[in-house]
Amino acid sequence: MHVDEAASAPAGAVTDRKAAARAAFAGLATEPGVAKPDPILVVDNVVRRFGGLTAVNVEHVEIQRGSITALIGPNGAGKTTFFNQLTGFDTADSGEWTFNGRKMNGVPAHKVARYGMVRTFQLTKALSKLTVLENMRLGAQGQRGENFLRALFPRLWRAQEDEITERAEELLERFKLAAKRSDFAGSLSGGQRKLLEMARALMVKPELVMLDEPMAGVNPALTQSLLGHVKDLREQGMTVLFVEHDMDMVRDISDWVIVMAQGAVIAEGPPETIMSDPRVVDAYLGAHHDAPLSDAEAERQLAEAEAELELEAAETHGEAVPVNTATTAGPGEAAGDGAKAGGRKEAGDA
Amino acid sequence: MDWILVISRAVEASIGTEAVIYALAAIGLNVHFGYTGLLNFGQAAFLAIGAYSIATTVTTFGLPFFLGVTIGLALSVVLALLMGIPTLRLRADYLAIVTIAAAEIIRLVVRSVALQDVFGGTDGIQAFSGGFYALNPYPEGDYNIGPIIGFDENTMWVLTVGWILVALSCGLIYLLMKSPWGRVLKAIREDEDAVRSLGKNVFSYKMQSLVLGGVIGALAGFIFALSRSAVQPESYNTELTFYAYTVLILGGTARILGPVVGAAIFWGLLILVGTFLEEAVNTGTITFITTTQVGPIRYMLVGLGLMLLLIYRPQGIFGDKREIALDAR
Amino acid sequence: MRRAVIAFTAFLGGLIFLLASGPAMAWADGEGLKGSLKNQGQPVNGVKISVVDENNAPVGEATTSATGDWAIPVPKAGMYKVTLDVNTLPQGVSLRNPDRATLTVQVFEGNERNVLFALVSGDAADEEAAAAEAEDSWWTRLAQLSFEGISLGLTIALGAVGLSLIFGTTGLTNFAHGELLTLGAFTAYVLNTSLGLHLLIAAPLALVIAAAFGYGQDRYFWGVLRERKTGLIGMMIISIGLAIFLRNLTLFLFGGESRPYNEYVAQEGIEIGPIFATPKGLIAMAIQIVVLIAVGLALTYTRLGKATRAVADNPALAASSGINVDRVIRIVWAAGTTIAALAGILLGTTQNLNYQMGLQVLLLMFAGVTLGGLGTAYGALVGSLIVGLFVQVSTLWIPPEMKTVGALVVLIIVLLVRPQGILGRRERIG
Repeated sequence: MHVDEAASAPAGAVTDRKAAARAAFAGLATEPGVAKPDPILVVDNVVRRFGGLTAVNVEHVEIQRGSITALIGPNGAGKTTFFNQLTGFDTADSGEWTFNGRKMNGVPAHKVARYGMVRTFQLTKALSKLTVLENMRLGAQGQRGENFLRALFPRLWRAQEDEITERAEELLERFKLAAKRSDFAGSLSGGQRKLLEMARALMVKPELVMLDEPMAGVNPALTQSLLGHVKDLREQGMTVLFVEHDMDMVRDISDWVIVMAQGAVIAEGPPETIMSDPRVVDAYLGAHHDAPLSDAEAERQLAEAEAELELEAAETHGEAVPVNTATTAGPGEAAGDGAKAGGRKEAGDA
Repeated sequence: MDWILVISRAVEASIGTEAVIYALAAIGLNVHFGYTGLLNFGQAAFLAIGAYSIATTVTTFGLPFFLGVTIGLALSVVLALLMGIPTLRLRADYLAIVTIAAAEIIRLVVRSVALQDVFGGTDGIQAFSGGFYALNPYPEGDYNIGPIIGFDENTMWVLTVGWILVALSCGLIYLLMKSPWGRVLKAIREDEDAVRSLGKNVFSYKMQSLVLGGVIGALAGFIFALSRSAVQPESYNTELTFYAYTVLILGGTARILGPVVGAAIFWGLLILVGTFLEEAVNTGTITFITTTQVGPIRYMLVGLGLMLLLIYRPQGIFGDKREIALDAR
Repeated sequence: MRRAVIAFTAFLGGLIFLLASGPAMAWADGEGLKGSLKNQGQPVNGVKISVVDENNAPVGEATTSATGDWAIPVPKAGMYKVTLDVNTLPQGVSLRNPDRATLTVQVFEGNERNVLFALVSGDAADEEAAAAEAEDSWWTRLAQLSFEGISLGLTIALGAVGLSLIFGTTGLTNFAHGELLTLGAFTAYVLNTSLGLHLLIAAPLALVIAAAFGYGQDRYFWGVLRERKTGLIGMMIISIGLAIFLRNLTLFLFGGESRPYNEYVAQEGIEIGPIFATPKGLIAMAIQIVVLIAVGLALTYTRLGKATRAVADNPALAASSGINVDRVIRIVWAAGTTIAALAGILLGTTQNLNYQMGLQVLLLMFAGVTLGGLGTAYGALVGSLIVGLFVQVSTLWIPPEMKTVGALVVLIIVLLVRPQGILGRRERIG
């Protein structure tokens, strides 16, 4: 289906790595927080609240080394927020987690990356006014020329820069961006930016690659290529954890699936069977409109919404400013229910 | 109308002390704003620190001139740290407000009656530049450059030192911005979260940028103080910072020579328009304004020019549209 | 007590004058000495001032004009002695410090140097004033300063609410907002002095003009820029350009000196409990309170107010739920400009008009908005009151000239501890 795999790793290794990953998960229970044979990342009791809303509340979860693990869940399940906690981009209210046995809670984002845990972003962060090649070079670690004083003497860093450039060129070649090497990253298409971001993350030489919705907003043709690259990471011995809310994307490439809903991990399991897990069905059907509602469901939701509205009306009469859960300015009552639901969703996903 | 006077004044201004001061101030801002995307609205504070360091060291405390220079450089580093620590982790507009506040704090402190003995209150400080002019290699006399412009020996000395500082600063920025260090700065301007995710300590780089630009600002302050042999608190108000931004944007942000070109054009044009209008009023060509109204007219044009630049040519006169930092959020 | 207040006011007047005269005069031709003699903000005319040079050779003499101004040109840069003839002072007015009837000042090249004589009402010998001040209990001063602080805070709040609403709905940090105060004040001034309308008629007319100006500003300027997708930082710098333009336009049209309205210039102060105030000050305060409450109620209860908050919270979402975002922003601009103009007019009645009056309040408005939490209108109100109170009350401990310094230092410290401001949400800073 795609050539990169064959180019970068012998055909035999492909099946080996995949088989090894699958074998590691064989026979594991599908309970949330189940122990893995060789976890690279272990998370305990991570909680993050926004005002009155608990966006993340993960009791225990382990990520198996050398595998591709998918983190799925309906919109607003807290996947991205959870990602932000783990990578130091947001501070968890409580909880601890270890990466390769090293305690990582409270570690700032840049150190998380240096320890070998590198993430990408849901909204691609290509550095528009740098060239593609400069974007890549930036990813390299331990650059001598990034020190202020050494920067002034090019011969102290020129040799290293050449090595970095060589490695960047190789990666660009692999990600089919070599032709764009001296273009501004801002001129790339959405899909190419995703590729660039993933390639740039690899410049860090990570052990664990954390991809936040790598396939979001990418056209179907490129999706296949992206999927190929993700698999390729495993073939090279890296561990992949990626966020996705579309279940179908996950089935093809992941070795293990973790499902989040309303901030908590509700189920885990192999991709073939996880969608038939009743807890997952509940989460996808009950919480949001990603799937069609059954008649009974719809009726129950309607009744709940009405009760909520009545309650709110009663409150509003008593007070000067109706208090919204997450805001002081309370935009909800003006923009209607859509605004309120949207506001909550945002707080959870941001 | 004396056209020779109008043109010679304009040309003198475009290479004169004002141009040097604003070029240096804008080079510092270029590091902050052009390369790193930091909204420093308190560049005047760094100039004030530089200027008052020399003045108080020499006049108030009777210490040598070069000690004043050293103190000025050290204090500008301290000021950058003080401004940066509370704000560099926050959104960009917080830095803008804190820097503008810090600049006002410094101006109000040096002009205060309570500290008049140290900073000279609203009168400022004089008689501190002897040590500098003692080193003047130019013998007394007028020095003509080309057919119509000329400076006296003291101005020549200030200009020589000033333009050397400008050249050195530009060289430094050139080396830095070609290096991986400069690459990190430019990347921070584009998206600091991305840079963080790649293992760079964004806070540290922003701070280094703030310090570097601030120290160059202090150099501008040295030249400001020495060229006038006096420091006055009102010279270091917020408008100074705003004009330095105008200079920077005029010449083109994130370009090595942008601030220098901008400063020359800004002062050349400002004095050209000013002298032209004054001459026109004096010779009776224009009768509906007075000479005291010429000042405001010039600065109205500065404001208008700044708006038009941002709207129609945000990359500056010589800038490359693809590289400007201004279309960011 | 009364003396302390008068002395303080005279001092403030002097300070404001000094602030005002800085850059404007720096470009004047030739050296000279000048000043403006004021007592309690009122010009004092007919006072003789003489200048001698270092060798006591007379240089010139002048008598203060009806606006209290005087100017004496000097031949060259150097040291000069300026003497105020105490005998020519009007009855009941004297120097605050009788020892400072002669001042020695240095004039720089090309500099028109300002000389300030601080005056007080009454026979105000030093000891008497000092004795009166000592009698005042600390609590009386606190009450008086708190009153003045609230008054200042309300003025800041009028400007800051508009600033905050514009920031909230459009994301623009408007550096030209101070100039909206100045423009409002001077529009009323033109109607008042040139057309001869009573201030009570001129002021409402000026507010109508300000509303139109605010609406037009968004309709034909900021709105167009938004459509061109000009970046927020670009817009911020454009607003700086606009501020420079408007400020110098005012300077061009009206000159650098302070000007009073025709009415409500001189008013006897009245004592209410421990507080000493002028009736115009009290009325201004009442108007400010009423307007701020009205704005608060409108934001909370009217459809438009709710729509405004919705736009501030999430413009895209507001638009998709049927709110006309552009219309809301335009009305915010019109309303924000109008209340800023009102602040300018009220400021003009209490401390005279000057082309820099807006700029002087701008930083305090920023401080108030930031302190309260960027983008929340209620936060701007609370933050402004705190800034105003802090500025005035801090003079109990620090010299009055440093009071702004104190407020700005507190702003920085608050940002360190609580970056989202007092009423802001934690998420907002992300």
